Amino acid sequence: MNHTSSLSWRSLLNIGLLAGLAIVYTGLIGMIQVFSERGIIAGVLTMGQIMIFLPPLVAGYMAARRSREQGAGRMILNAGLAGLIAAVLPVILVLLIRQLDVMGVDIRSMFVNASKALIDHLTFERGIGPGLAMLVGFMTALGLAGGALMALPERIRQTLITGTTWVIGIGLLSEFMIQILRNLFGNQAGRSIFQAGALKPIPALIIFIVTAGIYYFWQLQGANIRARYARSGEGTKQTFQRTSVGLLGILLLMLPWIVGTFLSEVLANVGLYVLMALGLNIAVGLAGLLDLGYVTNFAVGAYVMGALTSTGPLGLAELNFWIVLPISVLAAMTTGFLLALPVLRMRGDYLAIATLGFGEIIRLLALSDWLAPYIGGAQGILFIPKPHIGSLTIDTPETFYYLILAACFIMLFISIRLNNSRTGRQWMAMREDEDAAGAMGIDTTLAKLLAFTLSAASGGLAGAIFASKLGAIFPHSFSLLISINVLSIIIVGGMGSIPGIVVGALALIGLPELLREFSDYRLLLYGALLIIMMLVRPEGLWPSAVRRRELQSDAAEAAAAD
Amino acid sequence: MALLEVDNIHAYYGKIHALKGVSLTVEKGEVVSLIGGNGAGKTTTLRCISGLIKPTDGSVTFDDDVVADYAAHELVPMGIAMVPEGRGIFSKLTVQENMEMGAFYRNDKEGIKQDMEHGYHIFPRLAERRTQIAGTMSGGEQQMLAMARALMSKPRLLLLDEPSMGLAPVLVELIFDTIRDINQQGVTVLLVEQNAHMALQIANRGYVLQTGEIILSDNAASLRKDPMVQKAYLGID
Ligand SMILES: Nc1ncnc2c1ncn2[C@@H]1O[C@H](COP(=O)(O)OP(=O)(O)OP(=O)(O)O)[C@@H](O)[C@H]1O
Ligand SMILES: [Mg+2]
Repeated sequence: MNHTSSLSWRSLLNIGLLAGLAIVYTGLIGMIQVFSERGIIAGVLTMGQIMIFLPPLVAGYMAARRSREQGAGRMILNAGLAGLIAAVLPVILVLLIRQLDVMGVDIRSMFVNASKALIDHLTFERGIGPGLAMLVGFMTALGLAGGALMALPERIRQTLITGTTWVIGIGLLSEFMIQILRNLFGNQAGRSIFQAGALKPIPALIIFIVTAGIYYFWQLQGANIRARYARSGEGTKQTFQRTSVGLLGILLLMLPWIVGTFLSEVLANVGLYVLMALGLNIAVGLAGLLDLGYVTNFAVGAYVMGALTSTGPLGLAELNFWIVLPISVLAAMTTGFLLALPVLRMRGDYLAIATLGFGEIIRLLALSDWLAPYIGGAQGILFIPKPHIGSLTIDTPETFYYLILAACFIMLFISIRLNNSRTGRQWMAMREDEDAAGAMGIDTTLAKLLAFTLSAASGGLAGAIFASKLGAIFPHSFSLLISINVLSIIIVGGMGSIPGIVVGALALIGLPELLREFSDYRLLLYGALLIIMMLVRPEGLWPSAVRRRELQSDAAEAAAAD
Repeated sequence: MALLEVDNIHAYYGKIHALKGVSLTVEKGEVVSLIGGNGAGKTTTLRCISGLIKPTDGSVTFDDDVVADYAAHELVPMGIAMVPEGRGIFSKLTVQENMEMGAFYRNDKEGIKQDMEHGYHIFPRLAERRTQIAGTMSGGEQQMLAMARALMSKPRLLLLDEPSMGLAPVLVELIFDTIRDINQQGVTVLLVEQNAHMALQIANRGYVLQTGEIILSDNAASLRKDPMVQKAYLGID
């Protein structure tokens, strides 16, 4: 690898212009405006402003990092310049919009968001002259700040970033924090911390100090504490593990009560995706089979549940939820098995494309006139009843949360057992090298069939619960986006890692459900997130041990090859 | 009846006629070398024996079983292990994990443990590297690992495809010494090599393969003296 220690003027220009371009782009697609509605610190900072401020900060940081061997002076100069250059394109944008407006050219017919509102956001509502001066000043200052961040010792830099991330995170979720506090402590709760859907400045500062402090302490003492834990006896360790698992269990059980109905609904949806991701993880994470058509299993589960339980005109049998649940799972597993047969000999990219096709076929089948008499075509299946347990009807978000939680635990148990079993080792060998696995006496055909079939089970389970949760199903609920979502969860969380799946689902499914503006730009954010992940943290947010090693040895091989 | 009997096999890749009636036998306890130049069909012959491809004509019999009746992975428990060209180790697993994979079909924990220690005894270099990621080892070490791993399946017949490829002369010597040791512990070996000099030194018998046909077969000592072999494969004029 080529580590340039000196930064050419040309790269500096590139860094700055890229940062400026990021602002212009997010502005023109309306993101800055939309996100400006979301306050982080009341009266001080909005999410929109962060989107303006982050690029010059990162540009300054990058510029400083790449010139760190040219001395402190050059570092600071370059960082400031990067910030300054980053301001060029946004300034041109503002002037251009205004000029065209004066000339009477209607550019909004092409760029809907090139509006007065965008100018206002970029000039901080101070008018063109002073506003632009402020913008240039701020961005240069942020470039310098980015450079300063680079110059700080690693530990302090990480501490500052951690504290800031927490403040932004909590600020973003203010509305829901308020709901939770109200739910727990009554209507007045949260007033001292939050205001108008954002953090108040003082509490924000306290959150910053506390989280940064804890992080800093952990940096200093973490290794010690870990070492002491490692040295402690088996008994202590077991108690510790049991206590933490117990606490986690209690927390999960109490969650609906803590967060209230609306957030329980969000959690139930996150849970459905965790369930699917656990299933897909068997194929992709454990067996290394890239399946882009996971929605197939979800659809089969949902349609079987719908067709066999519906009390409407399309209902075939009006059976009970609990009887149909295993049937749905079996149906999905059968589909998984049958669809695996034709792709057994395919590998990698070809497998991905074939499975992608299956996902589309199932949606088109659901839409088709041919099957419409049985599954309703575009009209879907209605009147799907809710499940009962004795006299209890599962119909609220809270009760569905428990049902889905139980399903997740069953799948989790199965996943862990599989991963540590002979079958798991078989998949690991196959993932690493299919030919070599065969030479070890592993029946790769059987291993693949098993992976696809078991992986489908979880999708079918999720689909069945989904159908009865919604009470109605339509073909458009089973689009390619579901497969993409589930796969992204696994990649972002960390391939093959089970805690990673939960973190990934919370980030990719929970966040967009909580923050509408995120879901408007969902695909853009996914794309950006996946690219950033691949660059910064290819092993995922919470990687499994084996996968981390795999990627590290890849990097080592690449380095050795240079 | 010999342990391995290859009887007049033909194999095609599309229109390429890679094997044109190859016959050879390997008796129990022997080391037999199959030598030949690039593209002669040596690897193809081994692939037919280990069940990876099925000959279009002729038959391979291993211990009275017709190989074509079984899938490749079923032949491993029956006693055929192959160290392929390019070694085929799991480059992202550790040495230890690779060894464990080698014993995949076995269930006898105690036996596996013993054989593992025995493997490390034969290849002390691997013992020092149990926790190293296999892909980060040198070519020679990887070759050793591939052989040690193959032994973990308790083979009766070990197929080696050019174990000396890309190795320094000292290492080649070490590898061939080890092959001889392994053979003396009761494993029958079919060795494919371009390095005829070394291959004929440790072998009992040898075959010479040229463009898909066996053109010569004899005991190793005689082959070494054969003028054609000396000229074409030993570099002696
Ligand atoms: N997968 C394949 N597809 C098409 N042709 C192949 C394939 N594998 C081998 N061949 C051809 O079959 C013939 C025999 O190849 P083989 O690999 O058996 O030779 P080899 O004796 O092992 O050579 P080398 O010493 O170079 O490994 C060659 O002409 C080769 O090009
Ligand atoms: Mg070959």
